[in-house]
Formats: sequence, structure tokens, C-alpha cells
Amino acid sequence: MAIEDDVLVIGGGLAGATAALSAAERDATVRLVSYKQSTLRHASGLIDVLGYMPTGVDEVNDGDDGGDGSGTETPLVDPFEAIPSLPEGHPYERVGLETVREALLFFDSIAGDAYAGEHTDANALVPTHGGTVKPTARYPATTAAGIASDPRDALLVGFETLPDFDAPLASAHLQAAEVPFESRGITLSFPGIRRSDAKITRYAHILERDESVDTGAGDGPARAALAHAIGTELEDESRVGLPAVLGDEHADTVRRDLEERLGIDVFEVPMGPPSLPGIRLEELLYDALEEAGVRVTTGVPVVDYEPVDGANGSDTIERIDHVVVDRNGQQVPYSAQQYVLATGGLVGKGVRSDRDRVFEPIFDCHVAHSADRYDWFVDDAFGDHPFAQFGLSVDRELRPLEESDGEEADDIEFSNLRAAGAILGGFDAAAEKSASGVSLATGYAAGSRAGQEASE
Amino acid sequence: MARNTAVLVLGGGSTGCGIARDLARRGLEVTLVERGNLTGGTTGRMHGLLHSGGRYAVSDQASATECIEENEILRDIAGHCVEMTDGLFVQRPEDPDEYFRKKLDGCRECNIPAEVLSGREAREVEPYLASDVKRAIKVPDGAVDPFRLCVANALDAEKHGARIETHAEVVDLLREGDDIYGVEVRHDSGPGKRVHSSAGTTEEITADYVVNATGAWAGQIGEMANLEVAVRPSKGVMTIMNVRQVDTVINRCRPKGDADIVVPHETTAILGTTDEEVDDPDDYPEENWEVDMMIDTLSELLPILEESRTIRSFWGVRPLYEPPGTGTQDPTDITRDFFLLDHADRDGVAGMSTIVGGKFTTYRAMAEEISDHVCDKLGVRATCDTADAALPGSENLAVLKDAMDDFGLRSPVARRSKQRLGSRSADVLETDDPNPVICNCEGVTRAEIQDAISQSGSDLNAVRIRTRASMGNCQGGFCCQQMACELHPEYDEETTRAALDELFQERWKGERHALWGEQLSQAMLNYSLHATTMNRDGDPASADERVAYDAFDGGPGGDR
Repeated sequence: MAIEDDVLVIGGGLAGATAALSAAERDATVRLVSYKQSTLRHASGLIDVLGYMPTGVDEVNDGDDGGDGSGTETPLVDPFEAIPSLPEGHPYERVGLETVREALLFFDSIAGDAYAGEHTDANALVPTHGGTVKPTARYPATTAAGIASDPRDALLVGFETLPDFDAPLASAHLQAAEVPFESRGITLSFPGIRRSDAKITRYAHILERDESVDTGAGDGPARAALAHAIGTELEDESRVGLPAVLGDEHADTVRRDLEERLGIDVFEVPMGPPSLPGIRLEELLYDALEEAGVRVTTGVPVVDYEPVDGANGSDTIERIDHVVVDRNGQQVPYSAQQYVLATGGLVGKGVRSDRDRVFEPIFDCHVAHSADRYDWFVDDAFGDHPFAQFGLSVDRELRPLEESDGEEADDIEFSNLRAAGAILGGFDAAAEKSASGVSLATGYAAGSRAGQEASE
Repeated sequence: MARNTAVLVLGGGSTGCGIARDLARRGLEVTLVERGNLTGGTTGRMHGLLHSGGRYAVSDQASATECIEENEILRDIAGHCVEMTDGLFVQRPEDPDEYFRKKLDGCRECNIPAEVLSGREAREVEPYLASDVKRAIKVPDGAVDPFRLCVANALDAEKHGARIETHAEVVDLLREGDDIYGVEVRHDSGPGKRVHSSAGTTEEITADYVVNATGAWAGQIGEMANLEVAVRPSKGVMTIMNVRQVDTVINRCRPKGDADIVVPHETTAILGTTDEEVDDPDDYPEENWEVDMMIDTLSELLPILEESRTIRSFWGVRPLYEPPGTGTQDPTDITRDFFLLDHADRDGVAGMSTIVGGKFTTYRAMAEEISDHVCDKLGVRATCDTADAALPGSENLAVLKDAMDDFGLRSPVARRSKQRLGSRSADVLETDDPNPVICNCEGVTRAEIQDAISQSGSDLNAVRIRTRASMGNCQGGFCCQQMACELHPEYDEETTRAALDELFQERWKGERHALWGEQLSQAMLNYSLHATTMNRDGDPASADERVAYDAFDGGPGGDR
């Protein structure tokens, strides 16, 4: 018998998980299929919504003069106030401001105490491991005490075997960014790490399990050893920042334990891949999927689809009958009423390319791009790269659109397919700092629409 | 009048560094100035082939003979820069039999060991060769790291008292009447090692003799003293693959043509090349058809290339030259021989010679001949020992092979570090401090990065060419931030930030030519990591205006 559900979500990242969860809220039976590890593990775990206006769009709420194209612009204070000014075709414009807000509330209800930021519409500026600050709407509770607008002085602690976070340098960088507090950086050796090539998860495990380590004065628990090492270096700072290695599943416990021992707040500085806050967010979402009764099938790629027979006439919109999943070389059909495509962008391989074209590999949905691949980029590494905006164009219900002929209203590709997350085109998530927010908002919108239609 | 130095060498490529080393070892006082990093001109932009001479065995037997001689010398004196891969001249069914025979005869006439392999035998050596490859000639081609070799020459020159100034651009030749007596240089920072954000000065450096070893730029230098040097710069593209599809150098066995060589190089394979004259060695088009041609034409030999991932492409400019009146049209036909132009004989202007033409494999022999000429001019009687004296890093390779000391590193990091550092391994890698890996793609540790920083200042591209850090699959996306961290605290935050921006931009430059498939995904990941995760594009430290921190979320506590 064929595998059949009301809603099938393809892709297991933030957008896919959110779509599956919101579809499940509509009493639909939902399945999520994913192939490779999601890009959440690369991501910092911050939930950004909109940090900067796209190039060429007038800012609405800062009145800064940063729009002249030179130098670096200042971040948006209020992303929600700015969203209505986004250009047509931007994913937020497609779903509308209210849906963005609903999606964030939905995220807050899933994340609970693990995330903070819901108390205000204003963006938070969170210090990054490179020493800049990044605007974000929500942030893991473990980073909350590190916020750059908080005037309390901070001690940043790096470890000599973790070369991606140089605390003295990050500290000097924050001072150059004129944050409203004094920061100081020190470098320690991490208790229990003897080899220079230990993986970042090893650091987290040592603290998570509070392993017994060599403290220099006999063996002792790792957290006490770490707190002691920091304590002896502490001057009058009232908070301490460490790279994001403070445990995996029980990061909260680890942090509170260190706080009690030190008597001051402790926070994590988000890091690059592999990222523990990203991994924790993934775990949080998959726990929620399990609780919501979503069937999750991982490790299998969707490789093809079959349309419904006879729906191929010239004036009828195609409808997907089932998709084909590759299970160790076996082609297995998975069918559903409604489908959500959340396979990611170029990084997640939901959008692919070769020397001649850019394409969406499962349904061959249209991806707008220049025929000349030398038009896909600009010469400045941080310029306005067309490739950063590669993805699907969608209607206001997030249904992928066929290639536009410029005259008529665009036709949708399939009547029962919606797209969400980084697979969408028409915005530069990295420049705007909108990747997570777009995944949440479009995942939420696509999932609830799909769930609603499937259960009707 | 007292001069600052006996010999002033202009140009820090293989020729210039080779001359500086040779003369310094002969006891002469030498200063070398280079406008960018060492190898910044043509040397760092070659395919990394250590010629057996096979390529010239038909068209230019003098060069071929010289190549095989120098090939053997470099294996001895620069073992840590050379990988003896062997090479194949591969004949496809449509390639002429007659040329194959000429190639084989030519190799034998030039004492280049050459052996004919059948198509099947050739595919046993290199399984990805096309199934219809007819036969091949096996020759002792190799791969050479031009950065490492050039830097080793400079290091040895410094060890023998030479002054090496990089980022020191010649802005004028000092000429009095018919005598050239030095140059004026503009230091990007310093003089001394380059440090970002520290102001540079101009300096007059006078010398008893000036050697213009600026290759494709020799004409521009000549112009400063109204001397005409009709160098004919010719560009060639090279495309780097993410893995070694072959472990042997693969040459196409036909008279001439573009896109006819694949050189295995470290973890990559380099496809080359084209030959097209350009007007300005600093400003010429880099076009996608050139990259496409490498992939499409070389796929005839190695079909797997069609589907493979390239990580970047780069162009180099050959310093071709032929005596006035030769009149060769096609740059492919211009001789690869080198020319020593003594401006006293040629133009009646004393004090300077210019070297043009030539090729990387024979850089040492060229340097020897030029150094002889300089010694002759200065009345110095000293013999050249560069054919026998090992370069720093290659002094005692046998001992290194025996020693199993891995300096606390796991393989492949240990193996690759030792291959790069050769006999300097112990000096560089033996440390009591933690020594984490900074560049995972290439297996480069902190100790090796620190060693490079101690040689080159805050310039991370100089660190890159010394270590290969940021030259692997991720093209620096994951490691250039960590490389920058290694500059601190010796260099301050602002310097570190400028150095990081410069390296990141340089990496992007070559990556632009590989933006499809896996490498476009990699580029998006790199962009996301630097823009989304680190917000380097929105860095408030680089903004004109201070961020109004108090307008933003002050944290969930709400009581601060």
C-alpha cells in the first residue's frame, strides 16, 4: 500500500519543521521527509527577522543616512515596522506582516524558555564570535545576558584550543564597535581537553556530563574547574561570555551552574559551524514534531514526482499525485493531498546549478536567473550578489510560479505545492539578516494553508 | 658615492628570488624589492609543472635539455617543494602519429627518460583517462609549489644577508646621464614587514648594479629610464579542481594547442592553459569561455572533468620576449628561452640589465647566468653553488623521512605539514603550546601559521602562499577568520580586520570563476557564514555612524 498522508513536507530545516508543525495544528496527518543533515547545524541558532533593509529600499524607522550605498548601514531597530516597505515579491510581502507576527508567536510557543526576545519588537544586538554584533529578533536564552545594549561590563573567555573565538580580539572588536560597556578578553585552557584537535561537541559533553578532569590540583568536576579558572581572572565585570559550548541538551543547567559558582551572569557567544545552538534548536524542533504526531522520515531524498493523470490539459493546472523517494535505490511513492517544498537554497541543495543553468531539482519549478553565469555574482565579496537571491517566485499563497511572460498574471506550477524557506527567491537573507524569520513565516504560512486545505 | 647596496634586484618572482639567493650566497650585498607579495606576478600564477623537458622536445631542444638538467637539480635542492608525479604525453585517436614519434625521438635526443605505454597501460596508471586514448609517452614531469620554492629562495637569501622588501613598488629608476644607480620605491607600509594600517614611506635605494627581473612588467620599469623593453605579455588561464583526478601530469600529445595539460598539485589538479597576448599585464579580461575551454577540451582526455567541481580559476601573464625584428605572430610560437639585456651594450646606459622570457623550471640556471654577468660587471670572482646547496626546508630530507616524530599531530595533518615544511618541520612544529588546526582543508596548524606571520607581517595572503591555508575546497570560508585571529595580539584589532577583509576579497576573486554546482553552494555557505552568522558586512566597527545601542533590546531582564 502506498504511503499516504494529508500533508507531505519535503525538507527538515527550520522552514520544513515549522511547516509540518503548523500543518499538524490543523488536524491534518503530516509527514516530513528529509535527506541530509539540515543547515540548522551550520547556523548560529539566532532567529533573525530583519536586520537591514535591502539595498535600494528607503528605510522607515531609523532615519539614518546609510542608504547612499557607501560604508556600512546601521541596523534596523524595529523589523516589524520595516516589513511593510519591502518590495513586491519579497517573502514577507507575500505572506504579510500579520503572518510574520503569528509565525513568531508560534515559534515562541514551541521554544518556550529556551529562547528570549519576545518581550519587545525591537531587535537585539548579539555579539558574534568575530566580535561584531548581529541584529536578531529572538535569541537562545543562553545568549541573553550577552546582549550588546546591556551596559554591564563583560569578560569574554576564549580557549587556546578553539581558534575560531579569540576572546581578546573579539573584545577589542566590540570596543571598536563602540558598545556601551567595557569588555575584556582572556584565553584559558579548557579543563579536560588534552588534544588540540578535539571536536567542539567534546567540549560540550565535558560540561554537559560534568566530567571529572585534571584540574592541576587533582581530579575534579569540569564545571567547578572552569568556574575556578574564570573566577581567578575575573575583575569587576558583572557578566562572562564563553564560546557556545556550554553543554548540549542541558545548556541551561550548565549555564546556571556556572553562574552560581561565579556569582554573575554567564552567556554564550554564538559560533560558526558546527554550532551547538543550531543543534539544540534542531533538537527542540524535532521533539516538537514528535509531540505533534508528525511522522518523520530522515535520510531519504525525494527524487521525482508524478502528476495526477489527465490533469495535463493546456488550461488545467497540474496537480501532484505523489512524489518518489529513493530508499537505497528503491523508488518508493509517497502521496499526499498537499505538499510543502522546503528543501533549502543553494546551501541546502534545494536550488542547484550547473555551468548553464540554475534549477530546482525535484519538480523543476522555475528559478529566474541570467543565462550568463558571469551575471550571477558581483566583484565585491559582500556586494549585491544575484546568486544570493536565487530561488522560486511564489504567489501570495506561496505556490511556485511558472516563468513569467510579463503580461498576464503568473500561472502557478502545481495546484497543491507550496514552497517555504531558503528555496524562495527574491531576497538576500544574508545581507538582510532575515533567513530564520523568512523560514518561520513562510513555513508557518505554507504549513497552515496546506493543513487547512488537506483537512477540508 | 657610497651606495646602499651592491646589487638591487627588482621583482620577487622566481627569477628575482633566485638571483638574490645566488648573489647573496656568493657574498654580495643584495637588496630585493617587490611591489606585492613574493610570487605576486607570474610565479604565483603558474600551473605548478616541473618540466621534464618533454613539452619542448620537438620545438625547442635547447630548452628541453636545460629543463631535464634543472628538473634533476631541483629534486635535490628543493625536494620539499617538488612532488615527482611523472608525466604522460597522451595521444588520442585523432592526434597525429608523426608527432608522437617526433616527441619520443626528441625526448631521447635530449636525454629525457621516455617510455611508451599502450592505451591500456596508460589507463592502468591513470584510470580516468578516456577509454579511446591510443597510447602515451611517460616522462619524469613533476609538480612544484612555486610559492614554497620562491619563499625558500628568499629565506636563504636573507640568511645570507640579503634585504628582501615586499610591498615596495618601484616608482622611479634613478638615472644620472647614462648611468642607472638605483630606484625610488614606495613602501605600502614601513619599510620592513608589511603591517596593515601603518603608513608607508618612500625610499631611495642606490646600488652599484640594478637587475630588472620584473618579467611581464620589465617594459614598465624600462620606461622609467626611457629604455624600451618590448616584452610581450601573454595571458593563460588555469582552472583548479577540488580533488586530484590524476596523480600524474597529463599532457596532450599534439603539436600545440590550448587546454592541453593537467597537473596534480597538492590536493587539487590544475587545468591549463591558454596563450593570448595582452597589452597590460595588470588589466586584461578574464572570461568564462576560457574556463569552459579548459573543462571541455581536457574532458576529451579525462571525461570525468566534465562533471567535476572546480574551486577557482586564475590567470597568469607570461613575460614573453623576442629580439626586435623577429616578428612572430602567434604568442604560442614565441621562444620560451630567456634573454639577458645589458642596457650598457644595448642602449649605452650603464648600471642595469633586464631579464625577460624564460620559464619557471629553469629559474635557477637563469639566475646563475645573470649572477655571473653581475659579478663580471662588479669585478667579483665568486662561484655559484646553488646547484648543490639545498634550500631551507630541503637540507636533510632523508633524516626527516626516517624520523617518525609527528609533533603531536595526527595524520594527515602531520604528513601534510611535514611535506610543506620539509627539514624545517621540527623548528616550526615543535611547541609546548596547544597547536590546533587553523585550516582544515589543507591541514595547517597554528604553529605553521605563526611561522609564516613571523616571516611576512600582517599580510594574510603572504601567510596563505607560505602555508596553503585558505587554498582548499572552502576557499577560506571557514578558516580565514581563524587565520586573522592568529595575528592578534601581535597586531591590533584594526590591522587584523583589514587583513581579514583583504584575504577574504582575494579568495573571492578567483572563486568567481568557479560559481556553479558545488562551488556555488560553497560560495553561498561562505557568504552566509560571514554575513549571516558573523555580520561582517554590517560590522558596526566599520560603520560611519555609531549604532544607537540603547534603542535596541536591552535583554529580557528589563531591569537594566
